[in-house]
Amino acid sequence: MDLLSRKATCNSHGQDSSYFLGWEEYEKNPYDVIKNPQGLIQMGLAENQLCFDLLESWLANNPDAANFKRDGQSIFRELALFQDYHGLSSFKNALADFMSENRGNRVSFDSNNLVLTAGATSANETLMFCLANPGDAFLLPTPYYPGFDRDLKWRTGVEIVPIQCSSTNGFRITKLALEEAYEQAKKLNLNVKGILITNPSNPLGTTTTQTELNILFDFISKNKNIHLVSDEIYSGTVFNSSEFISVMEIIKNNQLENTDVFNRVHIVYSLSKDLGLPGFRVGAIYSNNKDVISAATKMSSFGLVSSQTQYLLSALLSDKKFTKNYLRENQKRLKNRQRKLVSGLEAMGIGCLKSNAGLFCWVDMRHLLSSKTFEAEMELWKKIVYEVKLNISPGSSCHCEEPGWFRVCFANMSEETLNLALKRLKKFVDDGNSKRSCQNNENQRQKSSRKKTMSTVSNWVFRLSFQDREAEER
Amino acid sequence: MSTDKNLLSKLAAGDKHGEDSPYFDGWKAYDNNPFHPTHNPQGVIQMGLAENQLCSDLIKEWIKANPHASICTADGVDSFSDIAVFQDYHGLKQFRQAIAAFMGRARGGRASFEAERVVMSGGATGANETLMFCLADPGDAFLIPTPYYAAFDRDLRWRTGVKIIPVECNSSNNFQVTKQALESTYLKFQETGIKIKGLILANPSNPLGTTLDRETLETIVSFINDKQIHLVCDEIYAATAFAEPRFTSVAEIIRDMDHVNRDLIHIVYSLSKDMGLPGFRVGVVYSYNDAVVSCARRMSSFGLVSSQTQSFLAAMLSDQRFVDSFLVEVSKRVAKRHRMFTEGLKEMGISCLRSNAGLFVLMDLRQMLKDQTFESEMALWRVIINKVKINVSPGSSFHCSEPGWFRVCFANMDEDTLRIGLERIKDFVLGERDNKNCNNKKENKKRKSFQKNLKLSFSSMMYDEHVRSPRLMSPHSPLLRT
Repeated sequence: MDLLSRKATCNSHGQDSSYFLGWEEYEKNPYDVIKNPQGLIQMGLAENQLCFDLLESWLANNPDAANFKRDGQSIFRELALFQDYHGLSSFKNALADFMSENRGNRVSFDSNNLVLTAGATSANETLMFCLANPGDAFLLPTPYYPGFDRDLKWRTGVEIVPIQCSSTNGFRITKLALEEAYEQAKKLNLNVKGILITNPSNPLGTTTTQTELNILFDFISKNKNIHLVSDEIYSGTVFNSSEFISVMEIIKNNQLENTDVFNRVHIVYSLSKDLGLPGFRVGAIYSNNKDVISAATKMSSFGLVSSQTQYLLSALLSDKKFTKNYLRENQKRLKNRQRKLVSGLEAMGIGCLKSNAGLFCWVDMRHLLSSKTFEAEMELWKKIVYEVKLNISPGSSCHCEEPGWFRVCFANMSEETLNLALKRLKKFVDDGNSKRSCQNNENQRQKSSRKKTMSTVSNWVFRLSFQDREAEER
Repeated sequence: MSTDKNLLSKLAAGDKHGEDSPYFDGWKAYDNNPFHPTHNPQGVIQMGLAENQLCSDLIKEWIKANPHASICTADGVDSFSDIAVFQDYHGLKQFRQAIAAFMGRARGGRASFEAERVVMSGGATGANETLMFCLADPGDAFLIPTPYYAAFDRDLRWRTGVKIIPVECNSSNNFQVTKQALESTYLKFQETGIKIKGLILANPSNPLGTTLDRETLETIVSFINDKQIHLVCDEIYAATAFAEPRFTSVAEIIRDMDHVNRDLIHIVYSLSKDMGLPGFRVGVVYSYNDAVVSCARRMSSFGLVSSQTQSFLAAMLSDQRFVDSFLVEVSKRVAKRHRMFTEGLKEMGISCLRSNAGLFVLMDLRQMLKDQTFESEMALWRVIINKVKINVSPGSSFHCSEPGWFRVCFANMDEDTLRIGLERIKDFVLGERDNKNCNNKKENKKRKSFQKNLKLSFSSMMYDEHVRSPRLMSPHSPLLRT
């Protein structure tokens, strides 16, 4: 008899993926400006470290929240004992308001429809437990966050079927791709229980468009057993709030409150990205479906938010002056950072998918591949990790259908570190170009004898003209 | 608008969450009418909640004296950003070390624990579920001695699909689990083809309030080793032990039993009871099996301890002087409460199962039952909730094999409230005795109709409504008051 469970011995936790291997390499040799200037720079971690000064100054001005006090009176005991899975109502109210602010107050949230969870990690898993049986499937557009393989599938037994998106249209979800994914699931004898999107997208850094949302809502209107889960964890990282459309806005704008669709649309949220507090493990499920709220609330027992943290954050998020300023500053700083990365890459002939949100860019390095294969992508990735000493995430780890795309984070380091990373990458690219250029010159001289010469030249030509195209698109 | 339950998973639509159990019904009665000495002196006294409220003053003092422990004070804010981004599922090193050290001290230094084996979880609730996910597949089973903590039905089974096989214990030997009971239960169920993956128990026990003596523990460890099945010891009440036999952790036992396969031994721990910090959600999975440590650690992503809390506790639990004096006080104060309560009950002729640990006692009300059935137990329980206005937990909610036992908690209120609770019980008991002695038919008729009129609609519907509108919670709730 096997000593452990199948879950323990399989590798559905997904942690053998390159996404995590890159992290491991970083752990072994982390960059530090003084202690280890030759170390690996972490650009594979989607963290927001740009606004801590705002949080720290708020703390300095609000000593009560920090010290288990309310109006000077100690509430330590109440907090220490508070384990009600309904959550601290002052915190949920503040969180609901914050979510609304994040959406330009175009839609409001009822705190009774919120369930607190241990991070979005737990929120997503809990939703799967509530909406799907083992063996059921959820459709996800590719590329998607590598952690979903673990969060959605591992302990729940739910399957993921990809909705294939491609660079030909900026990785947008199309009606055709959605229907194909649905058919594919049927072929595999999987019962589709829902679609899960990340909006804004990880790893693309783009907000879901009105057109895409229309396609999704049309689909779930027709298929009455299918849920739509929108992981809006990056909602506060949109550079311009007006460009973000939440699924709850669609419900409101299309007056779907009295239709059955109302009960099948759910949001996942967290403070890990917008506020940069991943350590505090604050996640949430928002749903208008009372049964989902009821079941998810009970399941949250397995991962409640520390009452100490709930209390601190209820004070923080109730301070409207703070939240207004914070959201605005956060957006500004992220936008500036993104621009620095994008222009830095542009200067070395590397393009990115045009993005308007997120803590990362979806970078096009197809022209640097030795061949249009995932092996070549891995080869390039290893060079970037081990030679250039940058940890970035290869598209294959995000289930991208095309090789050559990489997710590069920009908000988890100082500006100086970003500049250094760009410098290292530029050297790599320049060295590569001159190597290739020498190689090509060499081959040109021997063009009469070898077939390879012709293909190499045409590759080179292809790369040049492709780069020209990239510049135009931006 | 009605919602189609088929829209959800079987897990969500079913009732295996166990919240329809009477264990939770009493809580609801309390929530609807909570006692308060001045605002609501006729309210229900909560004696069904195994919380440790006896030592929060000690922690508060420590907090005041150690502002650096909080990342939000001027003294500690320099660490804020590092802590706020820290989500490594290994946990803060200082936290793990402090927890390992605390676990050792809570066991009187008789066992030592390695920081590398400390894995975080969302409270012991999360720890128990995680261990089931690691050790068993859906359909596999774990043995549990009865009576056992009511919420194990949810924590061990709900999302994991693992089955529970009760090993019946009875009052003839103070509910001690015997080798015979283990062997016969194991054999009986093995024959049905079910895969028994392990044995889980709480030591000290909830609801018994007793610790396992060394000999029994050795018997248990030999049993699981013989069958090569897992042993999960939930030691959440370790520091609440206050009298002989002193608490012996399974960690001590296996150290002295060389031949035992350590890959089978796992401990669950938490700070919710020993330190009275259930709100902070600090659970620990401690396994001697490397593969389980690794797997549980990956799963801990679903229930990590807030880094703010880790950081605070790392500071507090590293203060050895504080920890040692705290542990002495916990034991002392629990002993005092226990004595006060059991002696008070004794005076009115009510006995309890002899206990030496825990935040509760198992009250013996068998003589007060109309007949020795669980229906009578339920009837008596409804009277206790509605007439005596005390929330206690009926033995059936703990899967006790004999009717008439009730778990009553004594550490989650102040002394005055406990005295009022005792007074109410006394009035009720003496009243019942008068009723029994008096053969007045009229009295009996009155009593019967009173009991019949006790309409307690503790249906799941009501609870669902409670869940749907949390605002229904009593405005007197101390939580809403602050």
